[in-house]
Amino acid sequence: MKLKKILAVFLALSMAAAPLTACSSAQSAGGSQAAGGASASNVNLNFYYPVSVGGPLTKIIDQLCADFNKEHPAIKVNPVYTGSYADTRTKVQTGLKSGTGPDVAIMFSTDLFSLLDLNAIVDIDTVAKNDRKEDTKKLIDDFYPGFLLNTQAKGKTWAVPFQRSTIVLYYNKDAFKEAGLNPDKGPSSWDEMMDYAKKLTKPGRAGIEIPSTDYAYWMLQTFTLQQNGKNLMNTDGDEVYFDSPEAVKGLTFWKSLADSGVMPKGTIQWATAPTDFTEGKTAMMYHTTGNLTNVKNKAKFDFGVSMLPKKDTFGSPTGGGNFYIFRDKPEANQQAAWEFVKWMTTPERIAQWSIDTGYVAPRKSAYETDVMKKYAKDFPYATVARDQLEYAAAELSTHENGKVTKAVEDNIQNALTGSKTVEQALGDAQTEAEGYLKPYRK
Amino acid sequence: MDRRTAKKKTVTAITAWALILPSFLFLCVFTLYPVFRTLVGSLFSENLTTGAQSIFVGLKNYAGLFQDGVFRQAFWNNLIVAAVTIPIDIALAAAMAVFANTAKHGKWVVRLAFFYPVILPMIAAANIWLFIYTPQYGLIGMLNDQWNLLGTPSTVLPAVIVMLIWKQAGYLMVFYLSGLQNIPAEVYEAARIDGAGPFCIFRRITWPLLKPITLFALIIALTDAYKIVDYLYLMTDGGPNNSSNMLLYYVYQTGFDFWDTGKASAITAVLVVLLLLVSAVSFFRQDKKIFYS
Repeated sequence: MKLKKILAVFLALSMAAAPLTACSSAQSAGGSQAAGGASASNVNLNFYYPVSVGGPLTKIIDQLCADFNKEHPAIKVNPVYTGSYADTRTKVQTGLKSGTGPDVAIMFSTDLFSLLDLNAIVDIDTVAKNDRKEDTKKLIDDFYPGFLLNTQAKGKTWAVPFQRSTIVLYYNKDAFKEAGLNPDKGPSSWDEMMDYAKKLTKPGRAGIEIPSTDYAYWMLQTFTLQQNGKNLMNTDGDEVYFDSPEAVKGLTFWKSLADSGVMPKGTIQWATAPTDFTEGKTAMMYHTTGNLTNVKNKAKFDFGVSMLPKKDTFGSPTGGGNFYIFRDKPEANQQAAWEFVKWMTTPERIAQWSIDTGYVAPRKSAYETDVMKKYAKDFPYATVARDQLEYAAAELSTHENGKVTKAVEDNIQNALTGSKTVEQALGDAQTEAEGYLKPYRK
Repeated sequence: MDRRTAKKKTVTAITAWALILPSFLFLCVFTLYPVFRTLVGSLFSENLTTGAQSIFVGLKNYAGLFQDGVFRQAFWNNLIVAAVTIPIDIALAAAMAVFANTAKHGKWVVRLAFFYPVILPMIAAANIWLFIYTPQYGLIGMLNDQWNLLGTPSTVLPAVIVMLIWKQAGYLMVFYLSGLQNIPAEVYEAARIDGAGPFCIFRRITWPLLKPITLFALIIALTDAYKIVDYLYLMTDGGPNNSSNMLLYYVYQTGFDFWDTGKASAITAVLVVLLLLVSAVSFFRQDKKIFYS
């Protein structure tokens, strides 16, 4: 009988663990809200932030928060590292339900409509009501318009850009020399990119890699935007244009890279593409500027960074994270959170953050700071992404963003792996997305 | 029955309940209550279209699942994974255990070699296999640089299955090892005197006496097959185009990527009921045929 008992207990425990593993981690964050500070004017803020690029970034954030607390004795910011962007969203979502969520958080710029549909965030004009109107306007106008696009809806600004990115082309200069190409500049047009990629391909090395997991929709956006700025959605986030002629043409070109043997067949992992590049297994790649510092540290060869090649125009969507301030907290907390956000996005701090990470500093004045000027002089590629901002557009962001993004993501993969034709795949994506968006059109 | 035996019986019953109370409390707080909440939640629509409100919709969430192609695919994928991994896992585990038990030299080394995939943290294991499957310069990529196993719909599921077996078999082996050591040596001795060969001994003695272990391993392997979420998160994101999506990962996507709590609860409920049913059937049906020492 003994054995049976032991087995039964073991079984009960393992069954108990089965359905829970997915949800249990979500509960852990939260922390103390107004944990009875020393004086009544003390405000405690919970600040959730993700880290999605390499490097000891939690240390930097902790240090920044400590500095802020020192300068603002009445406010205490409690930084909570919440994993990846997806984990952060999970934790914020759980927090919103239980009322123990953050006061301020960095989340994807594309989470905007979801947060609005849940009525979870406050707009900048509301939290800045004690500031002078001109000051707020001046502050907002200092951000690049390409980054502000994903913060605005219903005629208001709902978020403050912080760690933002665009897509750039990384290329291996040694490989360029070997193939007899000019190593000082990347390909400037689609045709040239195809031509270069053919020359660069050899056994053991692909000509180019364009990742097609995690952010395939982002890559598709580059191709449509390069056709006179055609984007995949409208600014109200209730219409998408996945089956537009531009999208079809873009995806057809993308697929032709694989069909002509200069790009690996099948889907290409977002996470491994930078390793492929630094290992010399691909001569060029499309990737986020957020990986610039990482590539710079790892590549043992000379590499270059250029704007994405154009079709009719240059173009790239933006990406990355913004500050959001939450509605379910007392007004004092919202005001304090606004102070914190303003402090974090001062030109010097945001310039330093850009240098530490590779993200694009979202404010124009950040590039006027001494620290940034010096860095750009030593490492000119730091400004490529900024120069591309002139042609930048909003990242795909709609109501039901998760479902809509997955619809197009799955179908891009269908087209690239040959399960469907390009037209069929994009048509299916459009039909599916229409279904999700219909309830939001009034 | 006199008074004293009755009293003794009550005391025994109370002691029994007191003994299981701690684990029962755990079960309530971390399993039964969440299961109950999930069942209730699955009857409500709570997603972005409803704002933060939850609206009672009855069984509509369940009806929606039948029309959801991704759910159907995740369901099938999960079934395939379970059907393929479980028998192979069990056969491998039993074989490894017998081998590790009878090895003449270096028993310890053999056991460690079989068991080490289990010790590895999941993230490390997933990354090792991610590297093995990496096209061009990964281990498999070295064989043929056109192979992109995780990036091709037809090969992604087999690739994941191979990794799961590698990770799981050593774990189940440990149970078989302990089972083998519980089989008394006299039985074998008697068999050998009767002139039974090694194959006959395994078929007639070892395997039947290991039955409780096999049942246990079966249920463990089954629940594990439906618990897969971390590997998918790290290696494939369920792709390409849901070719490697499975139920629990789809619960995660629905709940947290799509903010659709109602539907996620419905999928969870399906998963829970399914697992309970299968475990109950195999437990109660097999239980009668099994000899517990």
